[in-house]
Amino acid sequence: MDALMLSRIQFGLTIGFHYIFPPLTIGLAGVLVIIGWMRLSRDEPLYDRMMRFWVKLFAINFAIGVATGIVMEFEFGTNWSNYSKFVGDIFGAPLAAEAIFSFFLESSFLAILVYGWDKVSKRVHFISACMVALGSLLSAFWIIVANSWQQTPAGFKLATDASGKVVRAELTDFMAAVFNPSTMPRYVHALAGAFTVAAFVVGGISAWYLLKGIHLDFAKKSLAIAIIIGVVATAGSAVVGDWHTRQVARTQPEKFAAMEGLFKTQTGAPFLILGYPLPDLGINKLLSVMVYFDPNAEVKGLDAFPPEDLPPVMFTAMSFHAMIWPGVFCLLFMVYGAYLLWRGKLYGSTLYLKTLFWLIPLPYLLNEIGWFTAEIGRQPWAVYHLLRTADGYSPTVPGGQILFTIVLFSTIYIALFALGLFLVRRLVLAGPDAAPVRKGGKA
Amino acid sequence: MLNTIWFLLVAVLITVYAILDGFDLGVGNLHLFAKTEEERGIFIKAVGPTWDGNEVWLITGGGALFAAFPPVYATVFSGFYLAMMLVLVALIMRAAALEFRNKVESPSWKRFFDKLFFLGSFLASILFGVAVGNLMRGIPIDQGGTFTGTFLGLLNPYSVFMGILSLAMFTLQGATYLTLRVGGGLRERVSAWAMRLWAAFVVVYLTAALWTFGVSPHLYHKYYAAKWHWVSIVLLVAAAAALPVFLKKGKYAKAFACSSLSIAGLTSTLALAAFPMLAPSSTNLEFSLTAFNASSTDLTLKTMLILALVGVPIVIAYTIYIYTVFKGKVDGTATGY
Repeated sequence: MDALMLSRIQFGLTIGFHYIFPPLTIGLAGVLVIIGWMRLSRDEPLYDRMMRFWVKLFAINFAIGVATGIVMEFEFGTNWSNYSKFVGDIFGAPLAAEAIFSFFLESSFLAILVYGWDKVSKRVHFISACMVALGSLLSAFWIIVANSWQQTPAGFKLATDASGKVVRAELTDFMAAVFNPSTMPRYVHALAGAFTVAAFVVGGISAWYLLKGIHLDFAKKSLAIAIIIGVVATAGSAVVGDWHTRQVARTQPEKFAAMEGLFKTQTGAPFLILGYPLPDLGINKLLSVMVYFDPNAEVKGLDAFPPEDLPPVMFTAMSFHAMIWPGVFCLLFMVYGAYLLWRGKLYGSTLYLKTLFWLIPLPYLLNEIGWFTAEIGRQPWAVYHLLRTADGYSPTVPGGQILFTIVLFSTIYIALFALGLFLVRRLVLAGPDAAPVRKGGKA
Repeated sequence: MLNTIWFLLVAVLITVYAILDGFDLGVGNLHLFAKTEEERGIFIKAVGPTWDGNEVWLITGGGALFAAFPPVYATVFSGFYLAMMLVLVALIMRAAALEFRNKVESPSWKRFFDKLFFLGSFLASILFGVAVGNLMRGIPIDQGGTFTGTFLGLLNPYSVFMGILSLAMFTLQGATYLTLRVGGGLRERVSAWAMRLWAAFVVVYLTAALWTFGVSPHLYHKYYAAKWHWVSIVLLVAAAAALPVFLKKGKYAKAFACSSLSIAGLTSTLALAAFPMLAPSSTNLEFSLTAFNASSTDLTLKTMLILALVGVPIVIAYTIYIYTVFKGKVDGTATGY
């Protein structure tokens, strides 16, 4: 295997593993703000217990997110040096902004959330939760800005060297680059995905306590919060997903054709329910309606583009559809949970609680699959229509070294994952009433 | 002008990183010398809440380098491939150790993460100097700005010695920091460590300075030409000379300030000597990547400067606040979580 392929594998593995953690960071930070607010306004020990427990879960998850996140910032330079030279004038700024406006905020105020119980007031503790949440929202924003610029570059011009060869993209309009056509739909969609993860994690753990008949007041309150967040997040995800898809159809039509598995350009295009390569269950003209609100609108198929500019169709189509239907299922499942909650039946319905617990991995999977769709669907481009992925790698790094680091990071990440799972399991088993672990060894 | 400002800002970010993460790296290098489990817990608690924020200065430095000087970021990071990966592994080890050590009340669990904390800190401390050493010495860059060296080439004696210098510097920083955070007999022991580390730092630094003259005489040219460049050297010498005096008098806050200032003196001496070179070429100095030939456009530099002027003061304000929340002596028994 050549260095290019190996760098692609390494980037896919490291970003795929990293993104297991940020969604819970973003979503759970929101949950902490809600609990912190309740804790301020109602002076009940229940909210202390809730805050302490979910902060502990947050800290474990955040630590692995940080450890695996630094790798990403280095990897553009180490494995994608040509890419970095090409995009640096535009792409570097959001990464630096993410550090300045977000990483400091998250890591500084998390220290207060975790270590500050006896050192600050409830109010300051609550404000710290807000700052951590703000930090995670800003972090998501800047990194989506950077990635969206790769999808739909804007606010730039191409600079050439003396021989007329294009050497790099140069910034001409910062706001246009930041708010490029795909930034906002993708940002909101990613946030919705993150809050869905938090809803299932908080809800699933609470459901498990209810099934065991332990920590009931804690579990009921947490579950109710989770279900409400879950309804909003899954509904938001669907609505924004639809908006985002229409944006892709207009700004990256070949990616859209691959997502839908639409081979032929046609008017009145059908909406394929299962998607390529599964059986062709299409609803006539629906795709044209969904994208252009016109049953006879023309939708470009894969045949409208040069084959060398197309992404891997099967994988893009499969991951797109694997996101839609389970996503819709999550929405219905959360709405049903809200209905049970409203009717006062939620805490006793064993089947629902069991299902919720076992569904915890599903939103994680959907977040990953969403990124598969976004990133594989963007291929063969690193920056859409400007720079091919194949032209972005580091030509000076020997393949053997990359192979070595793939093995190295895989080993470390498996260990980190096992460690995280072990600690979360321990935390859940110990429950919200466990005596605080003492710092500094002896009691 | 913008290019010069960004050269300085990158240098400032690296300096602040070296001062702040310097002390928690140093604590990582030292904590295995604690006599009891309890002492070690105290050492770790002294950096527990703040290490993560300290490390963000490195991430910000990396981001700023990427944004302001993309060819430098791309050439150096890919050229130093295995070394960079080693840095990442070291940082992951530290993160896991500091965050997970106290999660399980088991001696063997703690011992494992203590070793990991040491190993990660030790590696990161040395690699920082090795990287700087290679940049001081110059790295093989051809006319097209492409790195032509190898991993083993980076492990030349001079650069490894610079690694020992950064190890001594960070460990000294860690020891003087600990004098502020521990009390009683432990404080006296830590202070004695700081004294010995200071002596080691001075010897290693003087050797490194002479060696640098042999390896890269061009770095000294500015110091013959422009007198104000001497300010940084005076800062370094004065701070390093005052450090043991304050330690002996038990003025630990001043000793820590001196340790921090000597780091600032050292990094600014190197930055001023190298300016405007960011990645000097050992093939031919003419091929070096500089703040002028390897920068982003003025618009990007200007935009970034605005972002930094808005963001960094806020960061400094709440960082100071966080440090005041966690200031004072660490006791070994208070409940964290």
